[in-house]
Amino acid sequence: PSIRAGGLGGKGGGFASRPPGSGPTAAPARRAPLRPYRRERSLALRSSSSALYNNLAVLCPPARPPAFGTVHGASLSLLGSEGPRGGCGVLPVPPTPAPLRPSQAVWCKLPSRVLLVLTSQRGVQMYEADGSTMVFWHALDVPEHPAAHSVFARGIAAAGGRFICVGTSSGALLVFDVPPKGSNVTLSEILEQHRDPITDIAAEQGQAPDGAGDLVTADDAGTLCLWSTGEEFTLLGKIPGSGCTCSSVTLWNGIVAAGYGNGQIRLWEAGSGRIRAQVSAHARWIYALDLAPLTGKLLSGAEDSFVHVWQLSRNPDTDDIEIRHCHAECVTDTQVCGARFCDPAGDTFAVTGYDLSEILCY
Amino acid sequence: VMNDIISAMFKKNFLEELFKPQDLYSKKALRTVYDRLAHTSIMRLNQASMDKLYDLMTMAFKYQVLLCPRPRDILLVTFNHLDAIKDFISDSPAILNQVDETFRQLIETYNCLSDGEFQLIRQTLLIFFQDMHIRVSIFLKDKVQNSNGRFVLPISGPVPWGTEVPGLIRIFNHKGVEVKRAKFTTAGNYITPQREGSFELYGDRVLKLGTNMYSVTRPVETHMSGTSKNLASQAKENIVPNPLAKEELNFLARLLGGLDIQKPAGGETGFRLNLFTTDEEEEHAAQTRPEELSYKVINIEATQEPGRRAELSRILGEMEVAEPRPGSAGKGEDLLALMDGL
Repeated sequence: PSIRAGGLGGKGGGFASRPPGSGPTAAPARRAPLRPYRRERSLALRSSSSALYNNLAVLCPPARPPAFGTVHGASLSLLGSEGPRGGCGVLPVPPTPAPLRPSQAVWCKLPSRVLLVLTSQRGVQMYEADGSTMVFWHALDVPEHPAAHSVFARGIAAAGGRFICVGTSSGALLVFDVPPKGSNVTLSEILEQHRDPITDIAAEQGQAPDGAGDLVTADDAGTLCLWSTGEEFTLLGKIPGSGCTCSSVTLWNGIVAAGYGNGQIRLWEAGSGRIRAQVSAHARWIYALDLAPLTGKLLSGAEDSFVHVWQLSRNPDTDDIEIRHCHAECVTDTQVCGARFCDPAGDTFAVTGYDLSEILCY
Repeated sequence: VMNDIISAMFKKNFLEELFKPQDLYSKKALRTVYDRLAHTSIMRLNQASMDKLYDLMTMAFKYQVLLCPRPRDILLVTFNHLDAIKDFISDSPAILNQVDETFRQLIETYNCLSDGEFQLIRQTLLIFFQDMHIRVSIFLKDKVQNSNGRFVLPISGPVPWGTEVPGLIRIFNHKGVEVKRAKFTTAGNYITPQREGSFELYGDRVLKLGTNMYSVTRPVETHMSGTSKNLASQAKENIVPNPLAKEELNFLARLLGGLDIQKPAGGETGFRLNLFTTDEEEEHAAQTRPEELSYKVINIEATQEPGRRAELSRILGEMEVAEPRPGSAGKGEDLLALMDGL
């Protein structure tokens, strides 16, 4: 089925589609006029954001302003209604045998609870959503003396209604089984399909077509693995990488959107593993992708200072997966390292950048 | 002076330590090594000039790492550094040999790393430089730095090697056949690059980052007033104990042990390099440097003897204790006296 735009008028519309078999064309797409995004007030952070992939976490509680989190050096800055004392807070990093150097933070929404998950050089930590209490901590095996390759955890997603999946630098995917309440989290599986450090993980945000799987994992070599979650996870397919890092990935209605180090966005069909679209989207390494599940809007942010909004859709006649460009923002003199929609329709989004001590809202 | 410093930087046992896998240095550790290197000849610098030299170095290096088109290009930047250094000592075959040997070691260790691994190295380096916004005169003049200390990131010019100019959307059908093309435009104005830089011992690097900024005489001013420094994060770095400090101190001791401070021969006092226009200006700079930008330098003689090394570790471990500031001339003698006092 084709994708309807969100309730507000004037948005959306598909490609100017041509009958299949007429060959590639370079015609610009006709589309209904869009209300452009505009820049709103920025939110001040106590510390600047680090240059890390997907470095912006957002929690959108219903009928309340969103909460934000961004990693800086040795700590995680929390901002918003969910932060400690309701204001700007800094998540204390508990003492461990060595400095933690966090790599990513994500609010994982499960049916019965929301956990704030933080990955770092030491392993995985799970906190209550407001960062007040640590619920669980899993330490990675770290060699006694520094080895030639760093050891770290990176890549976080909630999946299957009860799991939290975390990636590691060895390529192993850790699956944690999370109880509806309490701290009895258990490591249920270690899946070793990636040979390179995992970069990002995404769960299906819409309706997966049959056989398409509900989880995708990405790594430094650009390899994508498609999984079906459950008591035991099953590998449904592997899309081999070409050596170009896939730093960010989303999964929606069986469409994998992947952002790469060479600035490309590629859309893959999860069921068949075939490429369906390729976009020369950015002039530098892509650091963040996000998807708005109600409308199929895709957000991309990169080191080239640009943030783009795209519209994904499926052509009902040809069953082609399509993507068109909706909006561009240039964050002057900033390498964007985090970008997230702040509502499920994608009417608002937030951006972080390296060395920037604020969250920009649009 | 050039020969002495470069010879010290590329000494075999010093480099051996550097090439061992290790964590990123703390700011204090790097400053200590830097000070040490700067004193391996008869040249001396006062605290204020040393601070300024270090500021120039860090901001220039931050600029180079930040603006690398591809993460792999930090290796090309390094090769540019080495090419320039080889030029300085081109008539000293022994030192030239040391540098070439280092070049070969870099090629062997790093040419094979993946783009993802280079990006990790770059991201780690960027953490070190985070929140540093000291303004450098020649950067301001060349318009590569804004008056708020942030670097200009151009949205035009050649895209990195391996990246396409943004603007094209290609759609494929379920059989993998391209069925549609569309274009989009943005404010950026990019072009395709001509060629890739060389990663061999000799070759055209193409990239200009890392070439000698001072190949023609240029001013060395830096500006700190009005630089917003993030006090909260700075304070945190000093308060949170670094449990890896012990490992790092041992490493530092071994590293510094390979660098001998040169003491001027006979009755000479060597010469003092002043990066300001007058001695008074230098003195004034020392007194007015903002507290949050002071590097709290430690100056300690280091030797290879295990007993002394353990003592050094203990001393370096007490970094928060007030350290004496030796006077301007004859730093070498003062440091020796300091160690002798143990």
